[in-house]
Amino acid sequence: MAELGRICLPLALIVCVYGIGVSLYGARTGRVEFSDSGRRAVYALALILTVAFAVLEVAFLRNDFAFNTVADTSSRTTPTFYRAAAVWSSQEGSLLLWAWLLSLWSSLALFLVRRRMRDVAAYATAVLLGFGGFFVALMIFYASPFATTSPAPSEGVGLDPLLRFPTMMIHPPMLYSGYTLCTIPLAFAVGALLARRVDTDWIRATRRFAFAAWLFLGVGILLGARWSYSELGWGGYWGWDAVENASLMPWLTGTAFLHSLMIQEKRGMLKVWNVSLVLATGTLAIMGTFLVRSGVLNSIHAFGGATLGVPFVVLIGVLIAGSIYLVVSRREMLRSEHRLDALLSRESIFLANNVVLVALCFVIFWGTYFPLISEALTGNEASVGPPWFDRYTVPLALILVLLSGIGPVIAWRRATLANARRNFVIPLLSALLTLIVLLAAGVSEKPFALAMFCCAAFVLGSISQEFFRGARARRAMAGEAAPLAVIALVQRNRRRYGGYIVHVGIAVLFVGVAASSSFQHAVEQRLSRGQSTHVGAYTVRYVRPTASITPKNDRAHTGSTLDIGAVLDVSKGGHHVATLHPSEGFYDSGEPAQGTVGHLIGGQAVSHISMNGGVTRDVWTAIAPDISTPALQRIVNVGNRTLPAEDGELAIGFLARSYLKDPPPAQFHFIVSPLVMWIWIGGLIVFGGGLIAIWPTPSAVRRRVAMRSRARSAHGLARA
Amino acid sequence: MAVLAAVLACILLVVVFALVSAPLRAARSRELAGEPPVSELDPERQASNERGRLQSEREAKYREIRDAELDLRTGKLSREDYDAIDSALRAEALTILDEIEHLDERSNPEVEG
Repeated sequence: MAELGRICLPLALIVCVYGIGVSLYGARTGRVEFSDSGRRAVYALALILTVAFAVLEVAFLRNDFAFNTVADTSSRTTPTFYRAAAVWSSQEGSLLLWAWLLSLWSSLALFLVRRRMRDVAAYATAVLLGFGGFFVALMIFYASPFATTSPAPSEGVGLDPLLRFPTMMIHPPMLYSGYTLCTIPLAFAVGALLARRVDTDWIRATRRFAFAAWLFLGVGILLGARWSYSELGWGGYWGWDAVENASLMPWLTGTAFLHSLMIQEKRGMLKVWNVSLVLATGTLAIMGTFLVRSGVLNSIHAFGGATLGVPFVVLIGVLIAGSIYLVVSRREMLRSEHRLDALLSRESIFLANNVVLVALCFVIFWGTYFPLISEALTGNEASVGPPWFDRYTVPLALILVLLSGIGPVIAWRRATLANARRNFVIPLLSALLTLIVLLAAGVSEKPFALAMFCCAAFVLGSISQEFFRGARARRAMAGEAAPLAVIALVQRNRRRYGGYIVHVGIAVLFVGVAASSSFQHAVEQRLSRGQSTHVGAYTVRYVRPTASITPKNDRAHTGSTLDIGAVLDVSKGGHHVATLHPSEGFYDSGEPAQGTVGHLIGGQAVSHISMNGGVTRDVWTAIAPDISTPALQRIVNVGNRTLPAEDGELAIGFLARSYLKDPPPAQFHFIVSPLVMWIWIGGLIVFGGGLIAIWPTPSAVRRRVAMRSRARSAHGLARA
Repeated sequence: MAVLAAVLACILLVVVFALVSAPLRAARSRELAGEPPVSELDPERQASNERGRLQSEREAKYREIRDAELDLRTGKLSREDYDAIDSALRAEALTILDEIEHLDERSNPEVEG
């Protein structure tokens, strides 16, 4: 079936080229049939790439090792669950996933606007097909997912052990959905500029896709952070890794856009700013995709291989140059229709919020690309680490959280000082009370954390006040019971109150970040069986070692040949808190030169952490057992000399039993982090708020509201 | 397997061709029947586009009116500020409604406003 896949790719490219041509022709001449044909080319692209993706997916599930990508990233022993996701663990498969998701989201967007903005949509179609054609061309000329080898190997290399975790299954599709959704507002912005229709129509048509991009990117980023924390052996959730940063940057500019688009919708202002934000977000999404595939930066995420760098640089260059040209050449029609009515207004707060978000993005951009720029200018590679990022991002994050609490209590257009003073009482009291309690608890030695807790309290106070007053107003109008009033309030004002819930989630998330990073206790210690150590207020005792060999005991489907670990007893104040089971998996290197036994455990060693999580703290631990002792190495060496290949596992079993009988001291890493769970809870709240904000109002409700509003508009003017 | 792949590829090709060419074939049929080509530059289509744009503007304006009322009820706006903002918004809304009505009067009267 590789032949079918190989036919799909050039067919897809032809469809893209055709679609670009007819869309542009339709846009220039106004001929509807050509624009429609171009839109249908996007549908056809989605169909073709669905078939292509299905071919590759089936190849993985059937262990068809004739496909190079299947042989390189899967094996017969890889569980079905991971085999299905292994499709996107390779450069080739991930390119196909990217193109496929792009075609699906593009089809949906164009279907929804098929009867509106045809001139803008035609240009947008051409842009989206341009992106699709680019990725298809990469697969045809650089990295084909359907390259085969004959004769096919009997077994594959297997999935990278670091990717054998459930969160890794869904993290790439979420992230790629976010990236591809970012291209839709970009395409419509380009379409609006080319068609010289820069009113708010294109923003309204693509707002939900911008929001969806923001949601998916956010979920993808959080899933990645969760994977890093709960699966990797360093105990952190964010390391300012280049690829982490690459996904965060479009999320930041996307956040800025979601706020400032409201100003353009209401007041016809910030048109240049919004267009620039959308173009920047889409370009940053492409740059993020470029980073993992070009080999220019070191990262755990990198696919490696420098061959894709040049095409991506060309595409990014075209995007940047084209964006600048379009904005500059259309600047006259992008003039604001109104000015700010007052400095004390929600518009001003949104503007300040935008500046902070863009500043954050700039700082991260500089820190991420600095190594590349430095190497290009001086020839010496340089890098910036977490301390550099923290120095600039922490103060900006504080301002951001504070603004997210101020915005909701300020009115649109103008607010009086007296009103503002009254509305700030509750939020300020919340912050003050929090400050007093925390100072009394001795938190003063961490000023940034203290400031973040107070800002978060301010946000929670202001949002709570909004819900309370809104529900009270609703009850006064409709006579509903309080819970029903809150529900009705949110249903009638989804964007506003969904946004408020997102702000609460962000505040909660940052409380988790501040607490876990400022008040963490970490200890690295070598322990023998029976020994204990202290981590903050906790005592950890190494009870006994554990060892297991596959395939018998590989319940977690780690795929490791040998898994060595420990049972740890965690107590506090003499009371048992938890029992932890960290381990390290030793994998087959596939190198016969390491010997019959040596190769079975000579590959990557992957830490399997153990954690006891709770709402107040997480106790986290990792182990690095020592199997290089003379006694254990003697087993390996004797096995290499005397055992045939098929009996190598016998020696592994003997090694495991020897380790259990007389375990050498092992290196442990213990971390107690307060409030980590609130990061994930905050993320869920953000996600829930985002869903509420993006959910469409039922059309029947829209019609009723429209009719009532029309009558009231006329009545109000007659009265005036 | 190669034969199956070839058959599936042919089916895909036919489906893709049918999908993307359908509007062109329909336009050709209309042309052969003596009907004029459908163009976005037609006054009727432009009126439809304009109506869609105005309807979006109207929805947004109604949302602004509701937002202002909610701001008043939740204490973010004084009564004086609210009255001024509300009058301005209602006037803007009525302007949009009038434009929609004029558009409807100039075009098909059955089209919903």
